[in-house]
Amino acid sequence: MSGTITNLSRRAVLMGLGAGTFVLAGGLGPAARAEDSPKKYGGDAMPGGVKDDPRLFVAVAADGTVTILCHRAEMGQGVRTSWAMVIADEMDADWAKVRVDQAPGDEARYGNQNTDGSRSMRHHFQALRRIGAAARQMLAQAAASQWGVPVAEVTADHHSLMHAASGRRLGYGEVAAAAAALPVPAREALVFKDPAKFRYIGRADIGLVDGFDITTGRATYGIDVRRENMLYAVVARPPVHGGKLVHYEVDEALKVPGVVKVVVLNTAPLPSGFLPKGGLAVVAENTWAALKGREKLKITWDDGPNVRYDSAAYRAELEAAARAPGQVARNQGDVDTALKAAAKRVTAEYYIPHLAQAPMEPPAAVAQVTGDACEIWGSTQAPQTTRETVAKVLSIPAVKVTVHQTLVGGGFGRKSKPDYIAEAALLSRAMDGRPVKLTFTRTDDLHHGFLHTVSVERLEGGLDAKGKPVAWLHRTVAPAINATFAPGVKHEGASELGMGAVNTPWIVPNLRVENPEAESHTRIGWFRSVSNIPHAFAVQSFVAELAAAAGRDPKDFLLDLIGPGRQINPADMADGWNYNEDPVAYAYDTGRLRGVVERAAKEAGWGKPLPKGQGRGIAAHRSFASYAAAVVQVAVDAQGKLTIPRVDIAFDCGPVINPDRVRAQLEGAVIQGVSLATLGEISFKAGQVQQDNFDSYEVTRIEAAPKDIRVHLMPAAQYDAPLGGVGEPGVPPIAPALLNAIHAATGKRIRSLPIRDQLRA
Amino acid sequence: MPPIKLTLNGKPWSVDADPDMPLLWAVREIAGKTGSKFGCGAAQCGACTMHVDGQPVRACSTPIGSIAGSKVTTIEGIEGKVARAVQDAWVKLDVVQCGYCQSGQIMSAVALLTDNAKPTDQDIDSAMSGNLCRCSTYVRIRAAIHEAAKALEI
Ligand code: FES
Ligand code: FES
Repeated sequence: MSGTITNLSRRAVLMGLGAGTFVLAGGLGPAARAEDSPKKYGGDAMPGGVKDDPRLFVAVAADGTVTILCHRAEMGQGVRTSWAMVIADEMDADWAKVRVDQAPGDEARYGNQNTDGSRSMRHHFQALRRIGAAARQMLAQAAASQWGVPVAEVTADHHSLMHAASGRRLGYGEVAAAAAALPVPAREALVFKDPAKFRYIGRADIGLVDGFDITTGRATYGIDVRRENMLYAVVARPPVHGGKLVHYEVDEALKVPGVVKVVVLNTAPLPSGFLPKGGLAVVAENTWAALKGREKLKITWDDGPNVRYDSAAYRAELEAAARAPGQVARNQGDVDTALKAAAKRVTAEYYIPHLAQAPMEPPAAVAQVTGDACEIWGSTQAPQTTRETVAKVLSIPAVKVTVHQTLVGGGFGRKSKPDYIAEAALLSRAMDGRPVKLTFTRTDDLHHGFLHTVSVERLEGGLDAKGKPVAWLHRTVAPAINATFAPGVKHEGASELGMGAVNTPWIVPNLRVENPEAESHTRIGWFRSVSNIPHAFAVQSFVAELAAAAGRDPKDFLLDLIGPGRQINPADMADGWNYNEDPVAYAYDTGRLRGVVERAAKEAGWGKPLPKGQGRGIAAHRSFASYAAAVVQVAVDAQGKLTIPRVDIAFDCGPVINPDRVRAQLEGAVIQGVSLATLGEISFKAGQVQQDNFDSYEVTRIEAAPKDIRVHLMPAAQYDAPLGGVGEPGVPPIAPALLNAIHAATGKRIRSLPIRDQLRA
Repeated sequence: MPPIKLTLNGKPWSVDADPDMPLLWAVREIAGKTGSKFGCGAAQCGACTMHVDGQPVRACSTPIGSIAGSKVTTIEGIEGKVARAVQDAWVKLDVVQCGYCQSGQIMSAVALLTDNAKPTDQDIDSAMSGNLCRCSTYVRIRAAIHEAAKALEI
């Protein structure tokens, strides 16, 4: 089995334009599609929807090789493996004969391809089963026709069809041609495998399809693509978001051997959305020459309206906003009266700065413009958005843009934005259609990102004389993602508020969530788990603070606050968004939240004594329709040095398709959570990012990462249950569990991230 | 400027380049071997790790002119018992996530195990500290190094 991504030629074959060996892939007929319903949810509500025509995704060659097309971006979540596991299992294919190819960006053809929001399996598992079942049934029908027996007498058996009565057997490859000519069965006619007979789904020992290529250096990422006659480019961008070129001298740059040309890129007006920032591009024979040329540019910038963006001053602004009433996002009972009457009041303010995704592969892409068409080879989470953005900057139709999807060397939300790919396209056009590889250096990545927001979260709680919570007031203040795309946006959107600000299931009679204004001065974007990070950090820290004020065990207090197991329609918590999932099928299930809390606590030995200087903290959070709870154990020595000997994370995402990848995602999420809590900070001065590389934007290295991470997966009742997301929901509970553990170990409550050296004596 | 002569993955390699050009760019863009990655350009992430005369170096910060005559080995060219044990352990434990950092991780791990057949956790921390993994696969990297060490004992 090989995982090399070879999309263009392979795509041609799948479309029936190639050598004709892949015969199940015939012409396209009407697909089995979702019934129209008044309001769509999940994958059906996404642009392009979900496609389940087996002829789009499965090809069987005469020699029996099954090629499965994955249309999601592989960025470390293992989707190329998991995707194929589901189809192969339902179609009863032999894994050894399965290979995976990558679809180019084409949502009209394949359905939605945005690989973000922890959606790949959540939105596609059932469709993948339909694809596999339909392929299996077509193969079975072909065998039945050949034998002249009723199809009901034919069974699929591990890459072959069997007729038990006569003992006859045909391999998948032998009937592939005939099967390809058959109509795709209607959705109602599909018969699914009994989950008890799954061979791959749910198994932890299916190796990664790309594992060998990656460990031998053969795998190709966007930054690795090489084209004949290719040039290399870097861009000097305005150091302040919204700034523009005023004056420049390029002579010295052009003298650098290897530099071919300096190209002016226009700056898009604010808000600039996905469009490039503009500036001066240096195009050269190699990246080194381009970098040296860029150093020699002399540029005067008009810094524009964001030149006074200063993180220290901005924090003070956010704090002031959080101390005054703001737009009400949720309201039940009478918080003000209840707070006044409370026996005890607790107030706390939490701060978390901007963060950069900093994927290890910085943004990079190759573009080649030919006439009114453009080919892209790139590492992107959003190939269709890329087509549309490239089309826009080149003023050509989106159908003329071909996006060849490579492996993505880490995304975490950064590569959902195709600004860097649009730059490559503009440069190829400027170079008369020569292919151009555009590379962001790490400094470019940190300076010209789409950052995680910055926020102040202010919480006020009231306890009655018995220590029961009677009032909860949460003010969340943060510049919004929408401000990157639309003018005048000063409030968090429904999706941001629905990431753990409004949708708390607490048993508190009086509860209000407010969202005061915050103006944005930089590009805000998605970062793995998005606004769940600040909201869970504040909310779950505050729960522990309330528990301390009530003199209660934080785990018991948290469970009481969650209350008994029940299904809450998220709309009843002022969350009309609910990750775009059906509010009934995907109700907020407090029983499942309790479940992960109890499991994490039990596995971690909650309550068992620890040596002096050690402590445990707990936090729980629902996000992306999954439930996660973490117990972090810390040790803080006399000098204030923090170590994290152990983390237990309990996770309920419903049915688990690929348990090993779920574990891997959670292991990574735990450490990324530790990283952002201990070290993560992007700050601005005079409108410019202050961090230039990994020395100043530190991320966790091996020696500081917890060595003992125990992942506890909650068993799902059945495979038909709705799936939750996996890639992101492990992150949010980590920071608060860590801070709660530090409090347990030292008595010190840290409310401002990152922790950095706040524990030093 | 006369070409700079080296050995790359066992074959003679004559490079026509600015002697200041970092080894990484020469290998990726002139020799066309892209298994070694660019992550920071400043010896801070380890994604570009290669072996020069058997020692792990950050190729992004090694001017090609400074290592004329040396033997350069990249992920595409590592061989031998230790390399095989490391790569096998990486596959067996499914260490990789996005995989982008992993050729650098493997080059550092091979160098570590070549020097030290039975590294402790502390040894691993110090040998691997220069290799960032943003997907944070550290738990499995550590386990795979121990696994490879065990496999090499036999
Ligand atoms: S690219 Fe060389 S150490 Fe980061
Ligand atoms: S596997 Fe993605 S950076 Fe290490």
